[in-house]
Amino acid sequence: MMIVRTPGRPRRRRGGSVAALWDAGPLTRVTLLATIVLSLFPIYWMFVVATRTNDVVGATPPPLTPGGELGRNLSRLFGNEQAHFTLGLVNSAIAASTVTVSTLLFASLAGFAFAKLRFRGRGALLLVMLATMMVPVQMGIIPLYMLMAEIGWTGKLQAVIVPFLVTGFGVFMMRQYTMQAVPDELIESARIDGCSTFRIYWSVVLPVLRPAMAVLGLFTFMQTWNEFIWPLAVLNPDNPTVQYSLNLLNGAYYTDYSLMFTGTAVATLPLLAVFVLFGRQIISGIMDGALKA
Amino acid sequence: MTISIGSRTGPRAAGPPGPPAPRRRARTVLARWDVKFSPYLFVSPYYLLFFLFGLFPMGYTVWVAMHDWELLGAHEFIGFENFRLVLADPQFWNSVRNTLAMFVIATVPQLLLALVLANALNQRMRARTLVRMGVLVPMITSIAAVAIVFSQLFSRDFGLVNWVLGWFGPEHLDWAARRWTSWLAISVMVDWRWTGYNALIYLAAMQSIPRDLYEAAAIDGASRARQFWTITLPMLRPTIIFTAIVSTIGGFQLFTEPLLFGNGDMAGGSLRQFQTVTMYMFENAFRRFDYGYASAVSWMLFMLILAGSLLNFAWLRRVGGGAK
Repeated sequence: MMIVRTPGRPRRRRGGSVAALWDAGPLTRVTLLATIVLSLFPIYWMFVVATRTNDVVGATPPPLTPGGELGRNLSRLFGNEQAHFTLGLVNSAIAASTVTVSTLLFASLAGFAFAKLRFRGRGALLLVMLATMMVPVQMGIIPLYMLMAEIGWTGKLQAVIVPFLVTGFGVFMMRQYTMQAVPDELIESARIDGCSTFRIYWSVVLPVLRPAMAVLGLFTFMQTWNEFIWPLAVLNPDNPTVQYSLNLLNGAYYTDYSLMFTGTAVATLPLLAVFVLFGRQIISGIMDGALKA
Repeated sequence: MTISIGSRTGPRAAGPPGPPAPRRRARTVLARWDVKFSPYLFVSPYYLLFFLFGLFPMGYTVWVAMHDWELLGAHEFIGFENFRLVLADPQFWNSVRNTLAMFVIATVPQLLLALVLANALNQRMRARTLVRMGVLVPMITSIAAVAIVFSQLFSRDFGLVNWVLGWFGPEHLDWAARRWTSWLAISVMVDWRWTGYNALIYLAAMQSIPRDLYEAAAIDGASRARQFWTITLPMLRPTIIFTAIVSTIGGFQLFTEPLLFGNGDMAGGSLRQFQTVTMYMFENAFRRFDYGYASAVSWMLFMLILAGSLLNFAWLRRVGGGAK
């Protein structure tokens, strides 16, 4: 009668020292509280400075509450002639969405093929892919830049999109998930029913992959949105992504912190919203060990 | 009469079993092709992209590195001259030293803190998901954002860090000016962003350790600290090796934090006190436009990462008691 467990609620302790072993003690609570405060403070500080004038940066003690200058800072940010902030936001939104959609499509297709289809050279191809995942990204930057210059893509948005349309990491993650989430019988019976391989992917595999795709999608979007080095190398100041645009706000002789922090806050806000909405999925994605990169 | 697709009437239904109708044959051929070629079609986008934008440029770097290759002028083949020059270049070794130092200063405390944090998160508590989100939230911020905010926090005259330190001593540290302090400030940025993430990875591994082990140890009178050392740590060894290697790859490529900490200066401070290898590579490619030399630096970086990962792996296996 007592076997039914309600999920989400802590179980009643079984009594004795063994159960107490797992209860958070005061030291644990203090540690966690301190960590959370330290984690949140820089983000909070970003929003505080974004709502105040630049004088605040020199004030002692520093103000720890938001002020009323957000509107003026925003109009200064979007009116800044060097930074092209609006264009940066639009460019980043386009790049991040395109890369996310195509990564999801191509990674799930390839992951399905590696997990469930038999073909000659499968093992070798997989091994090659795993090896490529070990190579540091930045090694490729200079030759990739030279290639982009050769084909005339420097300064153009496709330069930050096309090379990243699918990653080995995404394929590998989808393969791992497909292997354990899609039973072979399901695919065989669809095959017997006369489904084509693509049809099996589309109507049998894809629906099962949805949770893993949500996590991969969130991570891909975040990564593309936050990418800094490659846009800095290949784009021009008059056609930046949002992170590049942040860098352009930094004046050579004078640092306008409230302006830069406003830009940083606006650039972080979309991801913060995504995190608040989907934090649970992101955490379980990391914890499931699917996202080890 | 035109034959409609899927029509089942016809001579075949009545007649003796003979060769299949041409349409049927076409369908089996199609089905066979589908089974045979679809897998290649499905995996091809990745390999196509990788070949065009990964493998080809990588191979090209070797070629470029063996030339005197600058923005303008002829590209003269000089063999391993660039590599020889890099190995004799004090600025290169300076950047290696900075990178290694920041890697150690950032990674060691980061992984230790992550372990402590994971141990804390592994206790029973209320609002578990909320607490985990609070620990993980730095990860969503971009490196550029982190660098901008922390550079302000560490600024000499008006930084919050100096303000707090001012309670204990009068000196206002110029964090960026000195080698050690700049390393420390940059390491703090890295750790702020990644400690929570590593803690969650450790937490996941901790939760797969059977609880009976702890209960048995508790009954035998082992203290919590002792349980941590004799049960948790050994069981976590593969995960710790994994995070150490990932951190090595990431740490050796350190770039954005020091770049923005120095206001976008690729030299990493007036005395190159925090220039990393990647920054040096960038400086050669995009300031001096010496692509050949920069390519040689990038290959040296790759070697360093490879060596670092292998060393890490060997060392952690040994420290962990490496029976297997």
